[in-house]
Amino acid sequence: MSAGFYFGVEVFLNGLMAGVMYSLVALGFVLIFKASGIFNYAQGVMALFAALTLVGFQSGQIPFAHLINAVFGTELHHFGWKMPTILALIFTLMVMILFAFLVEKFILKHLVNQEPIILFMATIGLAYFMEGFGDLMWGSEIKKLDIGIPQGGNFWLEEKTATLGGDGFYGFYLDNLDIWATVCAIILVASLVVFSQYTKTGRALRAVADDHQAALSVGISLRAIWVIVWSIAGFVALIAGIMWGSKSGVQFSLSLIALKALPVLMLGGFTSIPGAIIGGLIIGVGEKMFEFLIGAPFLGGATENWFAYMLALLFLVFRPQGLFGEKIIERV
Amino acid sequence: MRITKLAAAAVAVTMAAAPVMADLVFPSLSYRTGPYAANGIPFADGYEDYFTLVNARDGGIGGVPARVVKCETGYNTEKGVECYESTKGEGALVYQPLSTGITYQLIPKATADGIPVHSMGYGRTSAANGKVFSNIFNYPANYWNGASLAVNHILDENGGDIKGKKIALLYHNSAYGKEPIRTLEELAKKHGYDLSLLAVDHPGQEQKSQWLQIRREKPDYVLMWGWGVMNQVAIQEAANIRFPMDNFIGVWWSGSEVDVVPAGEGANGYKALAMHAVGDDFPVFDDLRKYVVDAGTAAGAGDQLGTVLYNRGMYAAMLAVEAAKTAQALHGVAEINPAQMRDGMEALEMTEAKMAALGMPGFGPEFTVTCENHGGPGLGAVQQWNATDKTWSLISDYGPSDMEVIGKLIMEDSSAFAAENNISESCN
Amino acid sequence: MFYREAGEFKTTYAKDQQTFPIALDRWGYFITLALAFLAVPFFINDYWANAVVLPFLIYVIAALGLNILTGYCGQVSLGTGGFMAVGAYASYKLMTAFPDLNIVFVILLSGGITALVGMLFGLPSLRIKGFYLAVATLAAQFFLVWLFNKVPWFYNYSASGQISAPERTLFGQAVTGANAVPAISYLFCLVFVVVLAWAARNLTRGANGRKWMAIRDMDIAAEIIGVNPLKTKLTAFGVSSFYIGVSGALLFAVYLGAAEVGEAFGINKSFLVLFMIIIGGLGSIFGSFAGAAFMVLMPVLLKNIMVGQFGFPTDIAAHFEFVIVGGLIVVFLIVEPHGLAMLWRIAKEKLRLWPFPH
Repeated sequence: MSAGFYFGVEVFLNGLMAGVMYSLVALGFVLIFKASGIFNYAQGVMALFAALTLVGFQSGQIPFAHLINAVFGTELHHFGWKMPTILALIFTLMVMILFAFLVEKFILKHLVNQEPIILFMATIGLAYFMEGFGDLMWGSEIKKLDIGIPQGGNFWLEEKTATLGGDGFYGFYLDNLDIWATVCAIILVASLVVFSQYTKTGRALRAVADDHQAALSVGISLRAIWVIVWSIAGFVALIAGIMWGSKSGVQFSLSLIALKALPVLMLGGFTSIPGAIIGGLIIGVGEKMFEFLIGAPFLGGATENWFAYMLALLFLVFRPQGLFGEKIIERV
Repeated sequence: MRITKLAAAAVAVTMAAAPVMADLVFPSLSYRTGPYAANGIPFADGYEDYFTLVNARDGGIGGVPARVVKCETGYNTEKGVECYESTKGEGALVYQPLSTGITYQLIPKATADGIPVHSMGYGRTSAANGKVFSNIFNYPANYWNGASLAVNHILDENGGDIKGKKIALLYHNSAYGKEPIRTLEELAKKHGYDLSLLAVDHPGQEQKSQWLQIRREKPDYVLMWGWGVMNQVAIQEAANIRFPMDNFIGVWWSGSEVDVVPAGEGANGYKALAMHAVGDDFPVFDDLRKYVVDAGTAAGAGDQLGTVLYNRGMYAAMLAVEAAKTAQALHGVAEINPAQMRDGMEALEMTEAKMAALGMPGFGPEFTVTCENHGGPGLGAVQQWNATDKTWSLISDYGPSDMEVIGKLIMEDSSAFAAENNISESCN
Repeated sequence: MFYREAGEFKTTYAKDQQTFPIALDRWGYFITLALAFLAVPFFINDYWANAVVLPFLIYVIAALGLNILTGYCGQVSLGTGGFMAVGAYASYKLMTAFPDLNIVFVILLSGGITALVGMLFGLPSLRIKGFYLAVATLAAQFFLVWLFNKVPWFYNYSASGQISAPERTLFGQAVTGANAVPAISYLFCLVFVVVLAWAARNLTRGANGRKWMAIRDMDIAAEIIGVNPLKTKLTAFGVSSFYIGVSGALLFAVYLGAAEVGEAFGINKSFLVLFMIIIGGLGSIFGSFAGAAFMVLMPVLLKNIMVGQFGFPTDIAAHFEFVIVGGLIVVFLIVEPHGLAMLWRIAKEKLRLWPFPH
């Protein structure tokens, strides 16, 4: 086999890994959409906010320091202690649960039975709010996120495979962070499945996803379910924020990862967790292979952004509800 | 009691309304928010702090206090327009638009309004031709100089011969990122290196494809025209594929602390172009600490002194102040107007003696601005990152760029602009 | 009491079918028009024109366009930014390729070109519905932006890919370029707004509008009563894109003067215009105006209050701006999901009786 073939395989593998990273973001969308029919645009900002909060706790930053300093003329920055990662994670999770609670109390409760587009807009409003709020709370500089996940190429794999493709090939390159992300995603999805299949709350979640009215009538509290779902979405956002944040540092642009998740959602279907994963893999592989085979050599590169959408569009023309979405039934 | 209060208020109002001409207005179109805030904050701090220093230490510029009018653009073009319109009425002397989009916007507007624009190391490169762009200045160096400086650095490292070497340009897929391409292509013809172009779409969080391609093609050098999150990811990815950091050179907007710190140790040895000195080992920083930071009038938290972008903001402010002084001397009035400021910028002469007197010996290159050349001589240096000390340091002197090639390109592009917009080239 | 329909007797069909059948509305409309054409040009200065009024007028056109598609025909689109870019680049190419072509035709032709592109990207709407369509239109958004960035022909092979509008005149007055007087640019945009709003009003009242609404309310039922979904959806995409193209051309040529596709016509533009029509009110012409006014004025107002009046540091003010605008959007949706147009209707309803309710 020629080196070119192995490079193709390498791009394919990396596409899979990138796909997992997209799926991590897409998962949060699916969870909320399933349970409440809300297309939650704020998911990306939630990832940013979660990552900001995590770093803030870790490094002992004083929330709203900049605002306090501006108002009272003080010189506050840090509490002066560093929090162990695990503790910071727990605290961040608590903040995300609080956030879910507040969202339910101040937004969702008041928007029951509205049209989907109104709910969608409300989440964009929420995204704006969170962007401003997150920056006010933790400042807008770039923060280094390090919770001990190894980064960089996996050299073991690189050396083991270096002899495969002859002279021009020097082993497969895979990023350790991506491997970790894959492991995390597998654990995450497995535990979500276990949670929704085998626990009482999980069953309630599925009941709500199937039919709000019926769920209400058998005594499931819709509001409690929403808080739980948004908390889980917050947790997923935290994982996504950690993975993406380790790569680029925690900064404003982190919220833009939502745009990477949208084609994944479209392709996989808004209502399917396996869809989010498989959609992510297809998008990841598709855009990387297209860039490798056609984009970079013939079109001048940087095709990934639109190609992901085009690919999803292509799938949609044949399956308008996405690969795994629930069939849209229209009655007159 | 009430009457005195009212009177005081009335006085305050007249005081506030009166000093329309009693001070020199320097608007600061900062971007302390939005996706590029991390870069915008230190620059804006440096820019504003230097004026505070000039007021506190020297009593203003030629006896007239400088006033900084702040306006937040968030790097957004439309907000930039709003900022321009809202500040120009206050007698703004010179604009630092701080974004490619806003610069392009202001080129025709500011020219029509007769206000000079100083796009220091960014904006439209061909604005260096002062015969076409009468009010736009981009000294001391522009992107095309930058491209040439990077190539010169590579030439130096290889003893002047880079025939057959592979150089890749990793660029932000926007007006800004595309600037160096033409220069690099021209230089490739001259020096015989192979140039490959790798575009990264905004925002640039996902660059796996590009870096796998770099890993496959093994270029000898990678140049980067990156911005925002793209810088951090690129440096991280370069470290991941174990690309030799010494051979990775960023433009001056890809070479600040915020770009390299997230990559940690991996970024050690990364190089970037520089148009001014780094670090806080200059007497002017003592003054800044004494008059500004300790006095509690610093624009930011006061912890950015000596960082690359703070220094750049300060350098920009220093050049503005010196141009204002030149204008005052030229026209013999202390309270200059924008048109006089423009003349001052066009007659600006930065000498080593001048910089030393300001407490900034060797802070930037020596240069003179003329009507024909608003871009200065295009001198620049290379700086390198040391991850252990977390410091940048200059590893070369301010060297010249290939003006033979660049000059021709500037003439070409500016005359195309002149033809499109019916501008007759002239020097007044 | 103050707003009344009573006492109006329409004796001819023409009277019954006029755009504003109620006298009070009509008078309000004429007075507004008179103010806009005769009074405002004498008071407008650079700041008001460039910071508030021009963007407002231009976004009104975009909002009208998107409202036709989303509000009247029910097809959610997030490709507005991309379509505006088509209008902008079309106008740039036309202006530079045919320097003698009248600027009015340049703008209209740009709209026409955008309409064609819009119809092309509207084709998937026959299969894809709802949010899937919204996300699918993002494909248009990203592809168009990439295309204008990549192909040098679109920006006349300039070094950086920025386009700048050359000066064009109308009746001897500069309309585009840096030397345009604010009053002239204002009037130029205003004419477009008035004509297009009038056209939109009448389009949506007529057969086409009814077809659009039938498709919006229930497409299968509409098909059964004889509405051709292909034709109807594509006309909606076409007309909507025409409006959006015109607004993109004006945004570039008259307001910004120079533009770069990724920055000026990014995904944020799509969201901004969508916000306008939702805040303003889906399926309402007045709503497009109100929404555009809200989204353009609000940030400027907030900034001027916080920075100008209270002396906030600019960065904190900008963060608060986000918080407040985001919060207001949510509050609005909770209080009145049908937008400002609904509030206006309610106000009129109240004014009928007020101050003597019962």
